[in-house]
Amino acid sequence: MIATQTIPDFNISSRIDQVGVEEKAKRFTTRSIKTETKVNGLKLVLNMIDLTTLEGKDSKGKVQQLCYKAQHLHDAYPGLPTVAAICVYPSMVKIAKAALGNSGVKVAAVATAFPSGQAPKDVKIRDTKFAVAEGADEIDMVISRGKFLEGEYNFVFDEIAAIKETCGNARLKVILETGELVTYDKVRRASDIAMYAGADFIKTSTGKIQPAATMPVTLVMLEAIRDFYYKTGKMIAMKPAGGISKSKVALHYLVMLQETLGEAWMNNHWFRFGASSLANDVLMQLEKERTGVYQSANYFSVD
Amino acid sequence: MAKAAKNNTLKLKFDTINYAPAPESKSSATIDAQYDLFINGKFEKPLSKKYFDTINPATEEKLSSVAEANAADVDKAAKAARTAYDKVWSKMPAKERAKYIYRIARMIQERAREFAVIETLDGGKPIRESRDIDVPLVANHFFYYAGWADKLAYAFPNRNPKPLGVAGQIIPWNFPLLMAAWKIAPALATGNTVVLKPAETTPLTALKLAEIIQESDLPPGVVNIITGAGATGAAIVNHPDINKIAFTGSTDVGKIIQRAVAGTDKKVTLELGGKAANIIFEDAPIDQAVEGIINGIYFNQGHVCCAGSRLFVQESIYKEVMRKLKDRIATLIVGDPMDKNTDVGAINSKQQLETIHKYITIGKKEGLEIFESSCTLPKKGFFCKPTLFTNVAQSSRIAQEEIFGPVLAIQTFRTDDEVIEKANNTPYGLSAGVWTDKGSKIFNLTTKLRAGVIWANTYNKFDPTSPFGGYKESGFGREGGLQGLGTYLNV
Amino acid sequence: MATTISTRLEVLKTYKIYIGGQFPRTESGRYYKATNAKGDLLANVCLSSRKDFRDAVIAARSAFGGWSGRAAFNRAQILYRIAEMLEGRKAQFLDELIKQGALSANAENEINLSIDRLIYYAGWCDKFQQVFSSVNPVASSHFNFSVPEPTGVVAIIAPQDSSLLGLVSVIAPVIAGGNTCIVLASEEKPLCAVTFAEVINSSDVPGGVVNILTGKPSELVKYFADHMDVNAVVYCEKNDADKKLIQEKAALNVKRVLFWDKINWNSDEAETPYLITDLQEVKTTWHPIENIGGAKAGY
Repeated sequence: MIATQTIPDFNISSRIDQVGVEEKAKRFTTRSIKTETKVNGLKLVLNMIDLTTLEGKDSKGKVQQLCYKAQHLHDAYPGLPTVAAICVYPSMVKIAKAALGNSGVKVAAVATAFPSGQAPKDVKIRDTKFAVAEGADEIDMVISRGKFLEGEYNFVFDEIAAIKETCGNARLKVILETGELVTYDKVRRASDIAMYAGADFIKTSTGKIQPAATMPVTLVMLEAIRDFYYKTGKMIAMKPAGGISKSKVALHYLVMLQETLGEAWMNNHWFRFGASSLANDVLMQLEKERTGVYQSANYFSVD
Repeated sequence: MAKAAKNNTLKLKFDTINYAPAPESKSSATIDAQYDLFINGKFEKPLSKKYFDTINPATEEKLSSVAEANAADVDKAAKAARTAYDKVWSKMPAKERAKYIYRIARMIQERAREFAVIETLDGGKPIRESRDIDVPLVANHFFYYAGWADKLAYAFPNRNPKPLGVAGQIIPWNFPLLMAAWKIAPALATGNTVVLKPAETTPLTALKLAEIIQESDLPPGVVNIITGAGATGAAIVNHPDINKIAFTGSTDVGKIIQRAVAGTDKKVTLELGGKAANIIFEDAPIDQAVEGIINGIYFNQGHVCCAGSRLFVQESIYKEVMRKLKDRIATLIVGDPMDKNTDVGAINSKQQLETIHKYITIGKKEGLEIFESSCTLPKKGFFCKPTLFTNVAQSSRIAQEEIFGPVLAIQTFRTDDEVIEKANNTPYGLSAGVWTDKGSKIFNLTTKLRAGVIWANTYNKFDPTSPFGGYKESGFGREGGLQGLGTYLNV
Repeated sequence: MATTISTRLEVLKTYKIYIGGQFPRTESGRYYKATNAKGDLLANVCLSSRKDFRDAVIAARSAFGGWSGRAAFNRAQILYRIAEMLEGRKAQFLDELIKQGALSANAENEINLSIDRLIYYAGWCDKFQQVFSSVNPVASSHFNFSVPEPTGVVAIIAPQDSSLLGLVSVIAPVIAGGNTCIVLASEEKPLCAVTFAEVINSSDVPGGVVNILTGKPSELVKYFADHMDVNAVVYCEKNDADKKLIQEKAALNVKRVLFWDKINWNSDEAETPYLITDLQEVKTTWHPIENIGGAKAGY
């Protein structure tokens, strides 16, 4: 599929004007989302969450609790969706898989020497192989930012392609770590490389580096996805991760998604939020909409 | 795309074109049933004894009736301005003058939301724009010029600048309050007194400004705000005791004014029409350029003299730009200007809507390809779909005449020289846009385009410190910035 | 065959007009007699027509791009060169001024002032833009600056009571600012204007930048004011009817109208950059300023 396409010269990826893209991103935030649109939006947000725990101290118990939460976000509110996926380290995949059963909630594993990516290619491949063998539905890899910043685009491209091959049926998310790429031009270039190399998703951040996901950086990536779709007819999914913890902000992301890529992307197959604390804020907003009363965190489970 | 055994993918409608209504509250704004003329610090009944209605163009409902000033009323206002100039304003220390202007700026900020709501009700522009753009710029403009009042000597080295006297100011309906600020603030800062006439379709925010001016204790007669249509404007232009005419509006009326003041000592500044070229090169940041095209022509329903109404796209990126442009137009929300989500509001008046329709008909008759937004327009009120014409020839009327509506004429070009020639091939010269990532090309273009404001990799930006005004038939004189002072002074 | 002649017959100069770097006669074939105060014939002078004016506007328009695009330093060099050439031709101007009725001392003073005035404006060529430009501190993340640019093609009715100084004083600020011009010389004292055209022609001034016509203001003022390809009119006389006519006709294409009728050309008030800026347009340019990672990238 990729082989038949012309691989573009990534040195001439589309140019991004920082002031313009930030103005445009800000404009989405002036949309005022009310009543049923808001409720629909909030439910969609819940359904798009990759509920995440990526800590050295992650344990079986912690992961199992999180998996329960993924399926029972807030049972007091009937008819809520599940989240999209649980995102964990490869060592936790089996545990998560068992805890989630056939709930439909996916298991995503970070791999390729997450979060730095500073390991030889064969180590990254073994890391990925392990996660896939454990049953991961999705692999969240990191690109080699050092090589990218050195201009070794072919290296980065080949690495992504190799991981993609290793993934088999698992969907591949390629984390650009935009906070380390710094400029939007570089984010755009990295997005293009990832998509042409076979990414199923492009993802902003590991959550370990600041700034993580922002609206403008996500917009740059959405526009890269749109251009790729225009050129190849192939849809790529998007995952902003880190830094999105408020439901209002999440709704603005949905506005941006709808107005940039359109309805086809408006579901958790094509869009995810990588977040841990966002779910509870969304739940509080949903309860507020339902009851008309502002909510307290004490009534929502912390997992 | 492999589906899991159990599909947990929600499909919910989150349709941004049909967001739930999010109307701005009208409770912050009070509109009186009737407004008189603001002369000599008081609201006075017109000597004409006549009133006219001002309506909400989005609903066609009457908002208020407003006094129609005749020549006698204009004379009264001019005399009040003269007396205030002679007795008070010209004698006041500049520092004190400044403080009055600062005070007005502050009071506008305090009542910003009320101004935004009334501006939108009376003129049809989206509340998002009046709230986020017009009203903040108004307050900023007064703030900026307030500070100049006691610093004029630094603006004109080796000169001893003196005010002109009474300024007669006539403003249009596209940015009613902003244009009032652009006129009044520099006039006051330079020590002149003012007779200002807002446009007949949008008088309300200027009259609200009169309330603030009254509350600010500005000496009576320093600012007089009188309402009326063309005849009132003509009476201001022809009044013998007015020293300066500042006009923003159509080139046709600007020419009438230029002729009318022939043989008098009146100073004139004219800010007139435009037909700006917005030029997109193949090496542009294309997504931002597309947004710039949208801002350029659909901002304020295209009722913008500096609107980027002629789009020039380099042939190598034409298809890509057109596809993105059409996609973007599909996401523009057209409708109730009071809804916070509306991007394109109501056309200002029935008359203007007819003018726009006339041009769309001309474009169709000329055989141009037309593309319209697929939006549905409200049944009541004056609305027009965002429209563009492609394959437009330089000789087409759509490409030559100012439409003053949401209608874009698109042409392609191949080389830099070609586009410079085409861009300059117009009697107008107000503004232009250039989009390219190459710095040296920007400077080539910005130097050679004959227009007063050039936006490079941006469009339709305004700031109190930034001079605005045209070349050629787009008028003369500048408003804003240091350069906006000279036109109100004898230097 | 060889005969001795005691006195050599003087070769008289034909006074022609100056359009696009050429010295044509008026296309109309018309002339008028320039005389001194006593009524003696000084020369047959071209009585320029509206078609000569039309041709001159075409020449001025086509010269505008090149002249306005030249380096300011180069324009300064050329204005200085005009002064040098004028200095070298002092005797000829002295002769013409005296012929036209000036006292010798006054004539010499007028020439000296004219030379010095050119030097004065030569100096401004690469300075006025600095003095009258601004960088405007807009509130958004944009770099915003304003610069003066020449208005374009300027039609000038020169001061009529001055043969040389008035002419030089109105041409210098107009071309120093990068405009091109068509000047109608003093009707009654046209000789120096034609000779000054010869000076200009030998001073590296590109053809069409300065075009000089001789003739009658009463006949041509209307065309100066109503031509659609003229961007500005400068009028240096006090005739109220003409002023009104100019303002009315100027409205046809929103010409800038400048009345330089209160300036004493013999005084310092004729030396000011504000005469340059009278024929400048302010151009304001915006460009975004990238500001990424500002928090970390400190100064």
